[in-house]
Amino acid sequence: MSAAPKELRYAQAVSQALHDAMAADERVIVLGEDVAAAGGSFKATRGLLEAHGADRVRDTPISEASIVSAAVGAALTGLKPVVEIMFMDFITLAMDALVNQAAKARFMFGGQGSVPMVLRTPHGGGLSAGPQHSQCLEAWLAHVPGLKVVCPSNPQDAYSLLRAAIDDPDPVVFVEHKGLYARKGMVDTGERAAIGQARTVRPGRDVTLVSYGATVATCLQAAEQLAGEGVEAEVLDLRSIQPWDKAAVLASLARTHRMVVVHEAVRDFGVGAEIVATVMAEGFDELDAPVLRVAAPFMPAPFATSLEQGYAIHADAVLQAVRQTL
Amino acid sequence: MASQHASSSTAARADALLALWRTMTLVRQAELALVKLFADSEVPGFIHLSIGQEAISAGVASALLAQDTLATNHRGHGHVLARGMDLHGFFKEIMGRAGGLCQGRGGSMHVADLRLGILGANGIVGAGIPIALGSALAHSVRRTEGVAVAFFGDGAMAEGVLHETLNMAALWKMPLLMVCENNGWSEFSPTSRQFAAPLQALAAAFGLAYRKVDGNDALAVAEAAGAAALAARSGGGAQVLECITHRVRGHYEGDPQKYREAAELEGVSEHDPLRQARSALLAMGLEEAALQQEAAAIEQRIEAAVAAARADALPTFESALADVYTPGVQA
Repeated sequence: MSAAPKELRYAQAVSQALHDAMAADERVIVLGEDVAAAGGSFKATRGLLEAHGADRVRDTPISEASIVSAAVGAALTGLKPVVEIMFMDFITLAMDALVNQAAKARFMFGGQGSVPMVLRTPHGGGLSAGPQHSQCLEAWLAHVPGLKVVCPSNPQDAYSLLRAAIDDPDPVVFVEHKGLYARKGMVDTGERAAIGQARTVRPGRDVTLVSYGATVATCLQAAEQLAGEGVEAEVLDLRSIQPWDKAAVLASLARTHRMVVVHEAVRDFGVGAEIVATVMAEGFDELDAPVLRVAAPFMPAPFATSLEQGYAIHADAVLQAVRQTL
Repeated sequence: MASQHASSSTAARADALLALWRTMTLVRQAELALVKLFADSEVPGFIHLSIGQEAISAGVASALLAQDTLATNHRGHGHVLARGMDLHGFFKEIMGRAGGLCQGRGGSMHVADLRLGILGANGIVGAGIPIALGSALAHSVRRTEGVAVAFFGDGAMAEGVLHETLNMAALWKMPLLMVCENNGWSEFSPTSRQFAAPLQALAAAFGLAYRKVDGNDALAVAEAAGAAALAARSGGGAQVLECITHRVRGHYEGDPQKYREAAELEGVSEHDPLRQARSALLAMGLEEAALQQEAAAIEQRIEAAVAAARADALPTFESALADVYTPGVQA
């Protein structure tokens, strides 16, 4: 099965994972707006229709609420649907399906079954897509018992985590980043990831940078610069937000005793708040400084390039936060 | 069993009606038992009863085959009991016991039995409709020859997912049977003040087959549902079946219904589906004593289920905590 590792763009890694999952299991189907003939807005489903047919790769009308609900019904009737929602902002239209239906079916039906579906959707800024096409809403979903939420930062994880999400018996929200689609990387299709496991991207001894998605690269940039100043930052890629790898975060803190959490979503009530609160409660004795957060300001994502630049997370902001903790 | 009533002989009609009467009696008596249990505070939360709407549950269930699936709504006791839900599991669930079909986590608004293709009652108005669409899609992709049924009330006509589902079901020619129980009420408001168009016009707008039937006439519902299910099963695409009925009780049990005029319910008992079926059966030559005997046996089954529910343990908190995610995988 496993071929030699090859270089793929992040979007190609997604489509390769879908292709391989569909070839491996006939229960896997792909649903979404323009996923079939058009190959997806970001071309992440290109080639699937030709390879697997219109029965299993289905263009839907622009009806997010019913598409995602239909995935729940299909999952309860023996399929493993993978739904694409074109921009994460549009999950607002499908929140009943996600929050009241997909997330709760297993629990409220007494464990009779589960809902093996995946909702793929891109978040994030950088394309001047404006306030309704740039949001990072993953914290909403991580707050809902019954959902799992993952967010790959590179092509290998895009592949491995998507295979894991499709294999998972519970509903998984698979968050991609629009700004990463063109990024290249080596992908080994034989490699598997476990949902809930973080990865140490760069080891270090002086401070831990915890991040996920596109800001992992921002943290690496900051870490390079810090290394020039004699500060060794450890960079941890969460990969999975719900469940998140608390053990890995606490273990890293025990090595570095300082921590900064970095994400593109707005700071207030965000994923970082959960991590900081847990670290305070369970890692307090390891802390040599307050845990800080670097995240977007509490405002909608703006459109103009100059405004979006101000909103985005830059390595400088990470450096500043790290210096505060030293 | 697929309904063949239309062309059948009088004896066959009597058999069919007797089977429907049995199902309706089971549903009625189960809900009357719930009335008492609720009044005695033996049912936590709240319940929505379908008393007076039993002909729809019995009629539609008679048209379904083993592989078929259904999604229902908050007023779904009749649908699931008619489909064959275990009485013990049903009462235990609604009374919040460990042996309930959903381990006491769902209650009246979420009763489900996936083995019977019951994909759950639903607490969100209209939410089951697109879930049934997805189930129909699965039947279609998996070639099960199954039909998915969406039960909804007329209040759900104002929900966007109904309109989205009508569109997708029509575009994709899904094996979907959409059953509207039109009792005239959207919770506390008459549907005439809630929704501007008749369901028939909606079905026509999407080019879907539509049937309208007296929802208090069990044989008529069974015939219409049988024809619709057969059409959906054999490639005819989604079917809309509107059953006109009455909501005899309140939106929820205990609802004082101050918003309703007394005159609206006048004469409703004459249209009662059980009363109608009973008169028809007697006219067809069945013995009153035989019906009474059957009703008594059904009542005994319900009493036994209620007694078993009372005797069952309360669910442990740990058992619930363990089922937020599927055990045995990373969570």
